[in-house]
Amino acid sequence: MIDILYFAWVRERIGLPRERLETSAATVADLVAELVAREDRYAMAFADLESLRVALDQELSDFSAALAGIREVAFFPPMTGG
Amino acid sequence: MRVGVQAAAFDFGAETGAFAKGVPGVGAIVTFTGIVRNTPDGDLAAMEIEHYPGMTERAITAITEQAMVRWALLDALVIHRYGRLAPEEPIMMVATAAPHRADAFAAAEFLMDYLKSRAPFWKKEFTTAGAEWVAAKDEDEAALTRW
Repeated sequence: MIDILYFAWVRERIGLPRERLETSAATVADLVAELVAREDRYAMAFADLESLRVALDQELSDFSAALAGIREVAFFPPMTGG
Repeated sequence: MRVGVQAAAFDFGAETGAFAKGVPGVGAIVTFTGIVRNTPDGDLAAMEIEHYPGMTERAITAITEQAMVRWALLDALVIHRYGRLAPEEPIMMVATAAPHRADAFAAAEFLMDYLKSRAPFWKKEFTTAGAEWVAAKDEDEAALTRW
């Protein structure tokens, strides 16, 4: 089981802040493909991966990264702190 | 070194005063305070700041630890708020303490550049035109390359 978190407009487009999923996805990109195939709202949220960032277990990562051993995946737009 | 991620308002004068006390060897303290900027039309009702609890503290702590080592700081403070803020309210502050000003200034700028695009916060502006997420600026990402 993996926890998937969504923030900012990604959360708004998908309509929920987090969910728990049983997945056999090997990489982040595989997981995204699995989500996109589920429903339109996921396809809308993941339409442009260039405008998205991903964190694995709370560390910034990238879409080609492996998911083995990862417990928490978060998707969000580029950050606007400060 | 202290990192605070909080909804509550803070008093940057009081925070700076407390930070400046009892730092052996200090010769320079630099502070920066970020304020909720109104729109040019002055119609900003509120700014909402979302964050990623857990990762936010980890990311800021990691950035601050880097600054401490790289500029041999004596102390550093980062406070960043989340939640709903009104125009002209302080959003965040950074304070750095070093023996000399060059290190204190450089470390404060480094911290600000990294907090802008590497700390998981997202700002949403509420104006008379509606609500809109603030887009990240290319120049903020580019600013990281100088470090």
